[in-house]
Amino acid sequence: MDLSSINPVLLLASLIAASTPILLAAIGELVVERAGVLNLGVEGMMITGAICGFAIAVNTGSPFAGFVMAALGGAALSLLFAALTQIALANHVASGLALTLFGLGLSSLLGQGYVGIKPPPTPKLDIPLLSDIPILGPVLFSHDLMVYLALALVAAVWGMLKYTRAGLILRAVGENHDAAHALGYKVVRVRVLAIAFGGACAGLGGAYLSLVRVPQWTEGMTAGVGWIALALVVFASWKAGRVLLGAWLFGGVSVLQLNLQAAGVAVPVEYLSMSPYLVTILVLVIMSADKSRAPGSLGRIFHASQ
Amino acid sequence: MTASLLAISGLTKAYPGAVANDDVSFDIGRGEVHALLGENGAGKSTLVKMIYGLVKPDSGTMTLHGAPYAPAEPRAARACGVAMVFQHFSLFDALSVAENIALGMETPPPMGDLARRIRAVSETYGLPLDPDRVVGDLSAGERQRVEILRCLLQDPRLLIMDEPTSVLTPQEVEILFSTLRKLTAEGVAILYISHKLEEIRALCDRATILRQGRNVGTCLPAETTAREMAQMMVGTAITPPTRAARPLGDVALEVTGLSLHSPSPFGTALKDIRFSLRSGEIIGIGGVAGNGQDELLAALSGELRSPSDAIRLHGTPIGRLRPDARRRLGLLAAPEERLGHAAAPDMSLTENAFLTGAGREGLVTRGFIRWPETEGFARRIIARFDVRTPGPGTAARALSGGNLQKFVIGREVLQRPEVLIVNQPTWGVDAAAAAAIRQALLDLAAEGAAILCISQDLDELMEIADRFGALNEGRLSEIRPTAQLGLDQIGLMMGGAHDMEVAHV
Amino acid sequence: MRLRLEKRPQPARHWIYLSPVLAVLVTMLAGGALFAALGKNPVAAISTIFWEPLFGEFAFYYRPQLLVKGAPLVLIAIGLALGFRAGIWNIGAEGQYIVGALTGAGVALAFYPLDAWFLFGLMILAGALGGLAWGMIPALLKLRFGTNEILVSLMLVYVAEQLLAAMALGPMRNPEGMGFPGSRNLQNYPAAHNAELIAGSGMHWGVVAALIAVIFAHILLGRHILGYQIRLTGQAPRAARFAGVNPARLILFCLGTSGALAGMAGLFEVSGPAGQVSIDFNVGYGFTAIIVAFLGRLHPLGILAAGLLMALTYIGGEIAQSELGLPAAAIQVFQGMLLFFLLAVDVLTNYRLRLLSRAPDPSRSL
Repeated sequence: MDLSSINPVLLLASLIAASTPILLAAIGELVVERAGVLNLGVEGMMITGAICGFAIAVNTGSPFAGFVMAALGGAALSLLFAALTQIALANHVASGLALTLFGLGLSSLLGQGYVGIKPPPTPKLDIPLLSDIPILGPVLFSHDLMVYLALALVAAVWGMLKYTRAGLILRAVGENHDAAHALGYKVVRVRVLAIAFGGACAGLGGAYLSLVRVPQWTEGMTAGVGWIALALVVFASWKAGRVLLGAWLFGGVSVLQLNLQAAGVAVPVEYLSMSPYLVTILVLVIMSADKSRAPGSLGRIFHASQ
Repeated sequence: MTASLLAISGLTKAYPGAVANDDVSFDIGRGEVHALLGENGAGKSTLVKMIYGLVKPDSGTMTLHGAPYAPAEPRAARACGVAMVFQHFSLFDALSVAENIALGMETPPPMGDLARRIRAVSETYGLPLDPDRVVGDLSAGERQRVEILRCLLQDPRLLIMDEPTSVLTPQEVEILFSTLRKLTAEGVAILYISHKLEEIRALCDRATILRQGRNVGTCLPAETTAREMAQMMVGTAITPPTRAARPLGDVALEVTGLSLHSPSPFGTALKDIRFSLRSGEIIGIGGVAGNGQDELLAALSGELRSPSDAIRLHGTPIGRLRPDARRRLGLLAAPEERLGHAAAPDMSLTENAFLTGAGREGLVTRGFIRWPETEGFARRIIARFDVRTPGPGTAARALSGGNLQKFVIGREVLQRPEVLIVNQPTWGVDAAAAAAIRQALLDLAAEGAAILCISQDLDELMEIADRFGALNEGRLSEIRPTAQLGLDQIGLMMGGAHDMEVAHV
Repeated sequence: MRLRLEKRPQPARHWIYLSPVLAVLVTMLAGGALFAALGKNPVAAISTIFWEPLFGEFAFYYRPQLLVKGAPLVLIAIGLALGFRAGIWNIGAEGQYIVGALTGAGVALAFYPLDAWFLFGLMILAGALGGLAWGMIPALLKLRFGTNEILVSLMLVYVAEQLLAAMALGPMRNPEGMGFPGSRNLQNYPAAHNAELIAGSGMHWGVVAALIAVIFAHILLGRHILGYQIRLTGQAPRAARFAGVNPARLILFCLGTSGALAGMAGLFEVSGPAGQVSIDFNVGYGFTAIIVAFLGRLHPLGILAAGLLMALTYIGGEIAQSELGLPAAAIQVFQGMLLFFLLAVDVLTNYRLRLLSRAPDPSRSL
């Protein structure tokens, strides 16, 4: 065992990168849940995004096109969920599970010919000057565009929910859909848009896994990241800022356990690999005492009967 | 009262199986307070929803300011100067007062300006309100102020108010009426929906009466007696319940120092509730909605548990027992919400009969349900309480409000309770069913049961209760014999010490 | 013209039975389109999946497989359905399945080579207890801390998979296995082998257990007060509290039962068809059982039928894979679609579709 092989600067830098997929998926799901919809299909949308992005990036040679397609793929899949829950008024939990099962199948079907291929590299955006700062430079300023996009998205969602009218309407719909309907807001439309946004974010998160983190395509490669993202929203008490904290926590845990594995700690690899899931459970236990922040209409079916 | 502001002509709206509005016509003048009077289910809500753009009429026309008016959505109605204060469903508990008001406006100013305007308008109309408070923490009266302010900030020409006084104390009603008079003096018309006849006589210039979706007449309330209006509203004369003098027995239910936190974030905690209820007695508990009624029922029924000694049934401490255990000892309850609380909407009446009848009616042997006996019990309820339904296999949600309420009350009454707790027993029920339910409660008391009736309908409580108390912010007032109570005293009891100051505004 | 949904006054009885059938038919159509898009003859593919295993040339081989594959699905789905009915969402059956297999097989491996009549019974008990324990984790955490059982039970699947890998590579590795991963093969250990009860029938102890579970669940839900409480809690939680149902007891019962049944399914699988504890002996029955539970309308008899149907798609899928070159993933998509369409047509049970010929009504927009 050689713990000195773990470089703290690299560890922090890879923490930021490792937290990006989960951050993207979680911030999307946060918007969905603030609109009163519980979409348990994050895992399915992520993995669909992962293969869509991967396939397009490989075929076009452009990671950028890959990410765009991943967002579209995730959003398209999420619209199936929207159709089930918003039009056919199906149970949110069951529909979300269906989406995940379907997404897992669909992705392995789409990914048939892509196993073992290397995707085109996603360029790092070394910000001049800033990236040369010791420690801070490599940790904060030498990542690829998606890392910054994810952070910008968190800020944008935070600002949108807090300061804009659109954010207010979204919160109103999630808080009490009957009241929002009585005031003339289009509950279903708002929710469908939120669901699609969540799908796009999950898709981007999945593509970040297959194009940057791993980077290659394997079946079931999201390995529960989508579910952890769902847990993160609970952890964050439905607040955008706290999603960032949570994502870093999970990024940290997964990077640390990978580093420990690499350093040859005398614990079987499998037990180290369990740690992100166990930490998720632990975090859920700690955070679940405070239920009051959950949106009032979360997971409830809306039907304008009058 | 000058030229007509809104004219309605031949409005018709049908739903499958029911015509909600059938060829309704009337008109509202500028500065007029126009009452829309009718029983539950007479079609009042559908009519105002059409005016507010929430429902589209099948046929008929409306004219506003002399121009054709057909709002496609509430937004269009608001743009034309039509605003509505809802009875339920239109506030967001977790949002602030200012955010709630902004949601009701087309083009709200920035939050800072809005807060200033809210303060200004609320001063003008005597409706004090802090824009930064979270709505869920407000009292029912304050919540209504939020709704009214939301409308007033848009300079409405027509203000629709749906049962506005059902959540107010008598003193608060006075404040509301003076606000409304100020508005009409400025030329605003008010469409005032209610079934409280005295209040319509005090406030309204004209009244249109709906029965089974039809306009059965317009009258001048000041020149019409309440009895005449009731006759028009109901169609037939309703016989008021008869109340036999009855001897009071021993103390059946004794509550001492009952304090409980509410399980819901915006609920009301119960604070040191104490009273004793004797066999054969009916105590009425009044109070504005949201002052701890649901919590009191839950604490007594056993859904919320309390220190063992806080509640005693015939001297036995039962505070820690679950509802089924309390039922076995003779304490039964019927909560306010019929669908989802007192009954499971998608289950059949037979299954719903089992819901509370399992123990007392002996419907279980060694854990197995005796379905034939359960169905028999359901049939007895249906027969005894005249529940209109195809049969005991019908789902609870298929019944009308009145019929389901008769079933729910009947289910408890037939189990011969020693103590019965009911919350809002006639809420949203037509007059005939309401009279039947009140009579059933009186008969039950005459047979020696002790009854605690929680209700927001003061007339109901005065009609059936021997003694009266009021809930205010989770505290229970002193309980006094109803015979000695005047409206002023009742208002003070309902308002508690806190709201008495408001009453002097 | 536009369509609008209108709530029925009460659930339509005929749609309760018709909707799964309709869902299967629509899935066949959509699946056919999918297979066509993959360049396969859709009619041939569908008939290979649904006809071949039952009535084809080698049906004598495939029919018993129906029981072998259907049994774990039914056993797990029965447990899940109890919870789903009560609004308690155990979606971690795959984890409970794995842990049950590990504890059950662990007993066998610990006693090897003891040849005792009670060994298999002990294994079943251990398997059930293992699954039960794994299912109790989300239950106890939910009761004590209010954690969401969906997320916890699912996280435990990933933990169980790692545990399985650790066991297959570590303590349970076959000491005579030349260093290959995986345990001793229980098929070669008669006292611990979940063999066919009648040769060539596919009938093993797991099938018997599944049938018993169906019967018990049917009686429980229809006639027993506990089953009533489960249904009541799922449909109207507030009414259940009012009736006096103890929610804690239901959570423990539902998660415990579904865990134990999944654990037993795992044990029957690992000691029978699979034979050994290996990294990938689990093939996702725990997740497919979710589809089975819904397809069977959370009704025990429905689940029995749905489990056999789903087993059919597994077997037919394998045939189509070898005969037509249909990718295995296509079957997974097909199964996913089935759940989608089922949830979609389910709306017809409680709502009716109405054609409107008039101008759109904004308040009713779908």
